[in-house]
Amino acid sequence: MSLPEIQIEGLEVFFGDGTERTRVVHGIDLNVAQGESYGLVGESGSGKSTVLRALVGLVPDWAGAMSVGGEKLSRIGRSKEFYRRVQMVFQDPYASLHPRQTVDRVLSETLALHGIKDGVDARIDRLLEQVGLGGGFRFRYPHQLSGGQRQRVAIARALAPEPKVLLLDEPTSALDVSVQAEILNLLSDLRSEFGLTYLMVSHDLGVIGHMCDRVAVMQTGEIVETLEVDAMRRLQAEHPYTRHLLDSALRSSGHAGMAADAKLSAG
Amino acid sequence: MSNLLDIENLSVRFPTRSGSFEAVRGISLSLGRERLGIVGESGSGKSMTGRAILGLIRKPGQVTADRLEMQGESLLTASPKRMRAIRGKHISMIMQDPKYSLNPVMTVGDQIIEALRTHEKVGKAEAYKRALEMLDAVAIREPERVMKLYPHEVSGGMGQRIMIAMMLIPNPEILIADEPTSALDVSVQLQVLEIMDKLVRERGMGLIFISHDLNLVAGFCDRVAVMYAGRIVEVCEAGRLHEAKHPYTLGLLNSVPDLERPRPRLEALTRDPAWREAPSVSALL
Ligand SMILES: Nc1ncnc2c1ncn2[C@@H]1O[C@H](COP(=O)(O)OP(=O)(O)OP(=O)(O)O)[C@@H](O)[C@H]1O
Ligand SMILES: Nc1ncnc2c1ncn2[C@@H]1O[C@H](COP(=O)(O)OP(=O)(O)OP(=O)(O)O)[C@@H](O)[C@H]1O
Ligand SMILES: [Mg+2]
Ligand SMILES: [Mg+2]
Repeated sequence: MSLPEIQIEGLEVFFGDGTERTRVVHGIDLNVAQGESYGLVGESGSGKSTVLRALVGLVPDWAGAMSVGGEKLSRIGRSKEFYRRVQMVFQDPYASLHPRQTVDRVLSETLALHGIKDGVDARIDRLLEQVGLGGGFRFRYPHQLSGGQRQRVAIARALAPEPKVLLLDEPTSALDVSVQAEILNLLSDLRSEFGLTYLMVSHDLGVIGHMCDRVAVMQTGEIVETLEVDAMRRLQAEHPYTRHLLDSALRSSGHAGMAADAKLSAG
Repeated sequence: MSNLLDIENLSVRFPTRSGSFEAVRGISLSLGRERLGIVGESGSGKSMTGRAILGLIRKPGQVTADRLEMQGESLLTASPKRMRAIRGKHISMIMQDPKYSLNPVMTVGDQIIEALRTHEKVGKAEAYKRALEMLDAVAIREPERVMKLYPHEVSGGMGQRIMIAMMLIPNPEILIADEPTSALDVSVQLQVLEIMDKLVRERGMGLIFISHDLNLVAGFCDRVAVMYAGRIVEVCEAGRLHEAKHPYTLGLLNSVPDLERPRPRLEALTRDPAWREAPSVSALL
């Protein structure tokens, strides 16, 4: 078997200094094969974003070993080649776009940064079209966009350098279902066409089920269970937290009348 | 019984390079002591509707309406001072992007305490205690630790719940919640919905619940308005959302990925230009 594209061993992450130093990721192991799409789900605040941020070099205080594409990762900061190979879509689309840069500038600077000089204009058009934004959005500033439109600009930016690995942190949670369907179809197409590898965080188990082969479930800084998506679909989970999560998912999609309960108690 | 909000023919416009852009195009709705869901695709004008109610459309944006009233009081002619008093005390809005709306240089605890103390005369110790209880109520683990954190130090879902705590603590009569649970795992999501639900049931709060999660809205709300291109294209009882008639609503329902019924490809929506032109459906009570 070939080496995993993403390899994480005994990752611990700490925040704060001195007596305030707290460990928020408690030694996790995770392997994602080349071309695989791997899901990360779990409790809010359990450390999912922190794991992705550690991979891209945004978390200074960590221990353990990580590698991407066979390259061992250093403590902080990553080479330009790394970012050409690995791109991340951040959970928070406001914070990740510069407020004084138009969409056009965000994308052209990203392309320039990665040494792409040919056909920049056409590439920007194509990127915007891929994420379902017409040319009318090209010269807008972030504050002139809706939440979902901003998230799509962030996705276009991540796709711009044609990366091999995408770290996706809730890429579609700000999107309505129709745009979500378009983006997920686009991500599926890109993966099958170019053999991309995805590590994807989402709290939407329907999205994870659609996109991923395997999934790891996190709670309070630990991976409590990893399972095949098929097993998840058949509700074959071992760990109580995973079971609880699956149960909640069924309830919130209205299968077992949370609304009925609420309306009963109202009446 | 009188309505909490009555809105007739509300429009929101922005001047752009290529002329004026109408983000909301003459919608009418009222809100009783109920859970009103607003769904619709990205850019359809959901957030702008919420912001317009609160007088938060920034210049050069323009808001017009035949009627925009909170329990009979016009919000269009209210003074800026009166609007500041209304925001928070009578109407609160949970913004779609919590981290952007929180003050980056103030700790989470100080912000919640300040939100409470601008609307109510309470001592520091009491305010601290209530802030802590509120964080606990929205299922934040280790609330004492989180009170001391700055917004950039909390996770996406924690930021969202902090915003919810801040907006609920002054006990508003109307809550506009813009995608309030989009960053929450399903289990925490249920707990947060339960809190809002309780406020509607026990205190008669009116809730406008903006979301793109159709299943969630169908299960949680009483009525749903479906927006498309700045208009309301369909209004229905939430429980009957799955019997919706408008092709756009059906298209939305069809593009939801379902864990139990996987498909190789998700259906993307084909939009019909006629949808834009159809007159807005009234969601008045
Ligand atoms: N810069 C920081 N300083 C201190 N604590 C931090 C910092 N960044 C993250 N944390 C803490 O680390 C924990 C994990 O956060 P993380 O953002 O990884 O959660 P998450 O699993 O992505 O949650 P969500 O689903 O809500 O986005 C949280 O308790 C958070 O408060
Ligand atoms: N300052 C502005 N100038 C021009 N257009 C704007 C401005 N602010 C918002 N818009 C446009 O108004 C439309 C409605 O925006 P709104 O934020 O209400 O959408 P939304 O329905 O909340 O979408 P989402 O689900 O993506 O959050 C969008 O097409 C947006 O691009
Ligand atoms: Mg996160
Ligand atoms: Mg919005």
